[in-house]
Amino acid sequence: MGKTLFDKVWDAHVVDSIENGPQILYIDKHLIHEVTSPQAFNELEERNIPIFRPNQIVATADHNTPTQNQHLPVRDELSRNQLKQLAENCDKNNITLYGLGHKYNGIVHVMAPELGITQPGMTMVCGDSHTSTHGAFGTIAFGIGTSQVAQVFASQCLLLTKPKSLRVSVNGTLKPGVLPKDVILYIISKIGTNAGTGYFCEYAGDVFENMSMEGRMTVCNMSIEMGARGGMIAPDETTFAYVKGKEFAPQGEAFEKAVAYWKTLPTDADATFDKEYTFDAEDIEPMVTYGTNPGMGIKINAKIPDLSDASFEKSLEYMDFKKGELMLNKPINYVFIGSCTNSRIEDFRVAANYIKGKQKAPNVTAWLVPGSKQVESQIEEEGLKTVFEAAGFELRQPGCSACLAMNDDKIPEGEYCVSTSNRNFEGRQGQGARTILASPLVAAATAVEGKIVDVTKALSLEEELI
Amino acid sequence: MEKFTTLHSTAIPLEIENIDTDQIIPARFLKATDKQGFGDNAFRDWRFDKQGNINEAFALNNPKYHGSILVAGDNFGCGSSREHAAWALAGYGFKVIVSSFFADIFKGNALNNGLLPLQVSEGFLKDLFEVIKTNPETVLTVNLEAQTLTVDGSNLQTDFDIDPYKKTCMINGYDDIDYLLSKKEQIEAFELSR
Repeated sequence: MGKTLFDKVWDAHVVDSIENGPQILYIDKHLIHEVTSPQAFNELEERNIPIFRPNQIVATADHNTPTQNQHLPVRDELSRNQLKQLAENCDKNNITLYGLGHKYNGIVHVMAPELGITQPGMTMVCGDSHTSTHGAFGTIAFGIGTSQVAQVFASQCLLLTKPKSLRVSVNGTLKPGVLPKDVILYIISKIGTNAGTGYFCEYAGDVFENMSMEGRMTVCNMSIEMGARGGMIAPDETTFAYVKGKEFAPQGEAFEKAVAYWKTLPTDADATFDKEYTFDAEDIEPMVTYGTNPGMGIKINAKIPDLSDASFEKSLEYMDFKKGELMLNKPINYVFIGSCTNSRIEDFRVAANYIKGKQKAPNVTAWLVPGSKQVESQIEEEGLKTVFEAAGFELRQPGCSACLAMNDDKIPEGEYCVSTSNRNFEGRQGQGARTILASPLVAAATAVEGKIVDVTKALSLEEELI
Repeated sequence: MEKFTTLHSTAIPLEIENIDTDQIIPARFLKATDKQGFGDNAFRDWRFDKQGNINEAFALNNPKYHGSILVAGDNFGCGSSREHAAWALAGYGFKVIVSSFFADIFKGNALNNGLLPLQVSEGFLKDLFEVIKTNPETVLTVNLEAQTLTVDGSNLQTDFDIDPYKKTCMINGYDDIDYLLSKKEQIEAFELSR
């Protein structure tokens, strides 16, 4: 029987198997950040265990960093201390750190791919559930807890039970205005937030084959929101072209050799999956969420469903929405374009393209937060910054920002925020804040109109005018 | 890691589905660099309002309910990988979480901290909620060796699954680092073979 992409990469990294127990999986790259690593460093230090392979670890500061005045000392004492500990731990253990202000600094899942640290066929981990992002390259990448961060520090390995296999196929052509974010929000709304638990997902079909690397990263990023530890897309010419020439990618002959191996990775035609879902691209419309988990999504012009279970009602009560009402025309005062889901250059191009020549609605506070220093420079070089500023938008410095609101970028209590991030949990963007997940296009349109609008109508209207 | 064999305790019912780790420990409390004190902020925004007033309606604040077993709705621990959620629950005093479904990363984090994620059927969970709500002094017995959960004074009992390796670790208080370090030579040989 044939092997899946996941099988091939997994099997190439198994060091040993415990009888009736987990396997020892070798980890190629370990990404760390300030929030989930300090206790792991402490653990090793207390037990007098050295870091086994420091040159396979890369650190960045992202979760707990300000997005303004990064050249100044961080004001919050606890955050400053956490960043200082990361710097000291990396220094002590010879680990490369791209700290605040460094030209390679950024959200861990944005900076690693753009530097070529992420490569097809690798195993990668990070103490962050959105590590699934890197699966866009045909990489086994998943989030781990801090105890596991310590395990990888100590041995460059993890003890894991091989997950089951799941394939989600989307075939056909996406309609105009439907972005990768809509595709993944649609999938999660159909299969639920725990359909992927215990599985590793492969995304297949025309839609993903025709998607850019940025789009594939958006999709794989949210695999965890349907419970899957990770999501993968088979590496192809799009992948190779993206990786080629990147700072830490193999160069010259080594690159050609790597490509030859990467070409062997896609799932064999006769391989089977434990579970499969198939969707039609034509059924997907721009999406928004109305509840407090990412599975509570609907088409932007649809009505909130009428269900009667306690958790559903609790969720609507928190959001202050009613069953059966439309999301369209809801006034919105906050818009956030950023996070490891949607803060890459392509996301800002989409937003700028819509915003150009328009003005931000006066009631809206809009934060545009690039995923990395490199994206920040690109925004400037491509002239997008001028577009944003002319329209009244605020472009901030890179970081996780209002996605999890660990820093000062918090949405006030009771306010709605149309956000390109990945989680609409209660209080995720600030205590009492209400998050509506959407694509960068929907977010940009919301900021311009000051309310939720049917972006497909707005787009076709623009075409008519041209 | 603390050893776990058996536990007799009353339980607190938290009849909410999809409890994510942002609710268990909100992100603003993740700035610490050690594992201490997270219990004080477990379920912070459900236990208290923004002004710090106690939310009387929340199960953990209900004086009727107490104990070191939390019984929670389906898909417990989804969302962020933050192990701080396991530290917060253990710090609050829980030793067992019962649910009909656990998110993967949370489950692993709990096991790595001696906190037992005990999965039961949806039907059993429903019965359990009823029994606890009817009589909050109901004692549950968790026997890890036998892999059973029993409701004392009733015929409600269920078996539960646990990875045999993880079971041994919990009973003996071992962690994965000890095991992985014992395999160092093999790991080095693997590196050379690639």
